[in-house]
Amino acid sequence: MAASPHDAPGVPGTGAPLVDITGLHLTLESEAGKVNILRGIDLAIAQGETVGVVGPSGSGKTSMLMVVAGLQRATGGRLAVGGRDLAALDEDGLARFRRDTLGIVFQDFHLIPTMTALENVAVALEFAGRGDAFDRAADQLKAVGLGHRLDHYPGQLSGGEQQRVALARAFAGEPRLLLADEPTGNLDEATSGQITDLLFQLHAERGTTLLLVTHQMSLAERCGRVLTIRDGLIAGDRAAAGRAVTA
Amino acid sequence: MSAPLALRLAWRDLTGGGWGGGLRGLGVFLACLILGVAVIATVGSLSRSFVGGLDRDGAKLLGGDLDLQLTHRPADEEQLAFLADLIVNRSDIVEMRSMVRPLDPEARRSLIELKAVDGAYPLVGQLKTEPADPLAGLLAQRDGAWGAVVDRNLPARLNVRMGDRVRVGEAEFQIRAVIAQEPDRVASVVSFGPRFMISAEALPATGLVQPGSQIRYHHRVLLPKGQNAADVTALLESRFPQAGWRLRAANEAAPGVRRFVERLTLFLNFVGLTVLLVGGIGITNAVASYLDGRAATIATLKCLGAPGRLIFAVYLIQVLILAALGVVIGLALGALLPWAAAEALGPLLPVAPEPGLYLAPLVSAGLFGLLAAVTFALWPLARAREVQPADLFRDKVSPARRRPRAAYLVLIGLGVAALAALTVATAADRWFAGWFVAGAIATLGLLRGAGWAVEAAARRIGRPRDASLRLVVANLARPGSVVASVVTSLGLGLAVLVTVALIDANMTRQVAERLPERAPAFFFLDIQPDQVAAFRDAVASVPGTANLQQVPSLRGRITHIDGRPVETVDVAPDSQWAVRGDRALTYAADKPAASEIVAGDWWPAGYAGPPLISLDAGLARGFKVGLGDTLTLNVLGRPVTATIASLREIDWRSLRFDFAIIFAPGTLDGAPHTHIAAVEAPEAAEDAIERRIADTFHNVSAIRVREALEAASRIMAGVGWAVRGIAAVTIVAGALVLAGTIAAGHRRRVYEAVVFKVLGARPARILKGYFIEYGVLGLVTAAIGSAVGTLAAWAIVVHLMRMDWAFDAGATALTALGCLAVTIAVGLAGTWRALGQQAMGHLRNQ
Repeated sequence: MAASPHDAPGVPGTGAPLVDITGLHLTLESEAGKVNILRGIDLAIAQGETVGVVGPSGSGKTSMLMVVAGLQRATGGRLAVGGRDLAALDEDGLARFRRDTLGIVFQDFHLIPTMTALENVAVALEFAGRGDAFDRAADQLKAVGLGHRLDHYPGQLSGGEQQRVALARAFAGEPRLLLADEPTGNLDEATSGQITDLLFQLHAERGTTLLLVTHQMSLAERCGRVLTIRDGLIAGDRAAAGRAVTA
Repeated sequence: MSAPLALRLAWRDLTGGGWGGGLRGLGVFLACLILGVAVIATVGSLSRSFVGGLDRDGAKLLGGDLDLQLTHRPADEEQLAFLADLIVNRSDIVEMRSMVRPLDPEARRSLIELKAVDGAYPLVGQLKTEPADPLAGLLAQRDGAWGAVVDRNLPARLNVRMGDRVRVGEAEFQIRAVIAQEPDRVASVVSFGPRFMISAEALPATGLVQPGSQIRYHHRVLLPKGQNAADVTALLESRFPQAGWRLRAANEAAPGVRRFVERLTLFLNFVGLTVLLVGGIGITNAVASYLDGRAATIATLKCLGAPGRLIFAVYLIQVLILAALGVVIGLALGALLPWAAAEALGPLLPVAPEPGLYLAPLVSAGLFGLLAAVTFALWPLARAREVQPADLFRDKVSPARRRPRAAYLVLIGLGVAALAALTVATAADRWFAGWFVAGAIATLGLLRGAGWAVEAAARRIGRPRDASLRLVVANLARPGSVVASVVTSLGLGLAVLVTVALIDANMTRQVAERLPERAPAFFFLDIQPDQVAAFRDAVASVPGTANLQQVPSLRGRITHIDGRPVETVDVAPDSQWAVRGDRALTYAADKPAASEIVAGDWWPAGYAGPPLISLDAGLARGFKVGLGDTLTLNVLGRPVTATIASLREIDWRSLRFDFAIIFAPGTLDGAPHTHIAAVEAPEAAEDAIERRIADTFHNVSAIRVREALEAASRIMAGVGWAVRGIAAVTIVAGALVLAGTIAAGHRRRVYEAVVFKVLGARPARILKGYFIEYGVLGLVTAAIGSAVGTLAAWAIVVHLMRMDWAFDAGATALTALGCLAVTIAVGLAGTWRALGQQAMGHLRNQ
């Protein structure tokens, strides 16, 4: 069991943490009975931090990410993101929370196949009611090196290009927190390196807080802080090797 | 959330990657909707074009702007003088049934529809004859014989030629032309004989105009331009309230045809609505399958912050766009088909349809289509918003399978209620429409329940040892099995067909099998009172005749029901026939043996009090009257008000002599009247009887019951097959739904086939598995659909038509086998492609 999250390295000493988790439980019903996925997670992540989450398959990494994204309701404990208690939000409130606060990058990219690259990036901005959604989306795609692919559909893009579009989409709304689930899991080594560089470059430029789930320790070590989750509990919480603990 | 955003997203998603990509899987949606809307729009437009034809040709069919019809007597001098001041021209016509006899004593006699016309005939339209000589010349008296123009089939029937002479009554006529077109004759289902047209001047010579004879006098008039027929009708009714005539304007020219068109429209509309219902299941399946394919997109949109109601709105808009497309195509077909039908059928019909763009039926069909599309799409739409975005973090996003939220269930209920309300509101007969709606809901519920029961049974019976059979049971029992939707959709189509087939079989059986055993061989009309004794002797002298019945008869018209004018009384639909025109009346001292008194008492022997009647109990229900209430009848221009003394239950189908209204002696005895008679006889004796009566009693008409029934049977058989053909469209809709479910499961079937191939199964073995699966599905559907259709037919035959019921296993089995064949054929055609797939590509992708 890790020490109290508020004593954890890398947590800024002033102001409330961006992600504040206390005693988080997630128990799911299955045909085989109840399954305890998360069994009491305590975690605080400060604004601007980069946190890599590692652990064996089935340990609860992705489940924790889903709970933080408001996509899965916790069955116990308290979870606040940006000072908002997610348990108090209804479905529409959670949708607004994701729209205004989060960017998410998936292993499988999850671009909408019937929309062009430009439309895929713009759609989140449209949800936010931004009148300049398409101009801004075009800028984002140029920023990830896809200015020449605006009108291409996902099926016409390579895996790396699709993940660039996903990154552009995730960063387009200037979220305070970016959640990434195995963002390079479906990419070859060279492309994986490019995407990782791009991810951290965007983080550096915009100061977005990053919570990144990965099996690759090398990727986790590029974060400022590395959490290890095992059996639904935080088994380790340390500064990344060779990195300063401050964000 | 802004509506434009939902609209933008819907359009983007629908058209993204090219139209074909966005719309894939929705072909069945469009096909089902187009079929349903096209049928309803075609039926409505065709009906309107027929009614339009009737309106256009009204004056021609009626023979004038206004027709005054009287039975037994013409209008009197005072009435005709009053009429003369209101009109520009008048034509008087006399119609009756009679017998025609060739001069050859061995030749066959024939019943005819005699029509005596004056010089002004026809006031409207043109009588076309062959040869096309002037009518006056054709009908004039020459060389001691009057002329006659006749229906084309009469000379052959009598074995005579053009120019030959025949006798009608006491007069001799020369057949001088055949009728190519008679403007004021509307084809009727019940026609007792061919037309025999003579001059009005020749009529007295026949000796047929006798007191009480059933003769219809028509005075047809042309009104001055701008004169309203309704005003003239009102004026005549107020000036001569007791005239007892039937006044018809041009818009009521062919009430029988109009009623037939209305009834046919009602039935065909129900077929159209059933197609839409069956198609609705296809719509539900297609939208569910389409949205299942969109599950990842929906989850992604939710992850990006789209609220659930935006998701619902986006896909509802897509459904609306597609529904609008389907409705427009369906309406276009529905608007165009009547033109083609008018072109193809026009010459064959009594009234040429008036094709045109009729908005009301198109609007109604469009509303049905949109409402059905949205209502049937609501369930999958409501479930789609429940897709879990958290699934994006897993390998596969699962389509939502949970029950929609309560608000959407309420919305679905409202959609169903709106469809039911629209069905009832747009039907010509709301009572029938109400039954249809209740029946449709009950049938759908039964079929759906039966489908679920089969799935549950498949889950319980365990796995057979044979691999093919095991796959069959697994496919029937698996989650998301197609059994329930195929049993419901194809079963509904089959149920409609079985219902129609069994109703048809029961009606045909009533006419063709049961009745002739007990029915009389002949009905005789217009026997004068002084001929009765001789007539009875003449009939009895023919060997084989038996059970001769003869009663007095005259005709009268119900004008008031319990003191209220009949027009103001809400008469039940099944009793309206009794107030439409003249009714046959009789009087009797003794109760007819076959009648059963169900209320009140028969009058005592020797009764001589105020007028009393014994009324058909069915009519009493339809008129909402009972014992002690009164009916007022106009008999020969005189109002007769009689009190109901008893009610009788009459089985009209027995063809026994009976009368809806029987008077007590003392009221009608003095009025001029004739007698009618019926006699039973073997078929071999019919010619002898006809010859004996026609030659001895020239004024008596003999109707051959067997011929009339055979003619009715032929017409019913034709109508029956036509109706079955139209009802078969519901099976087409069911087959579409089946094809849709097979298409939706194509990927799974390909995978199954590939795995079987890899494991060494020969294509024949895989095909056998599919054959058994669709065979079982078809058998189950056939059994359930037949059972539901039989139940529906039984309910309609016994409770709505009040007929005896007999199950026709042959008709049911034939229809069910058709359904089985459709299921196996569509199923195998859909899965044939799965067998041809290469294993490698699919295994790599899995």
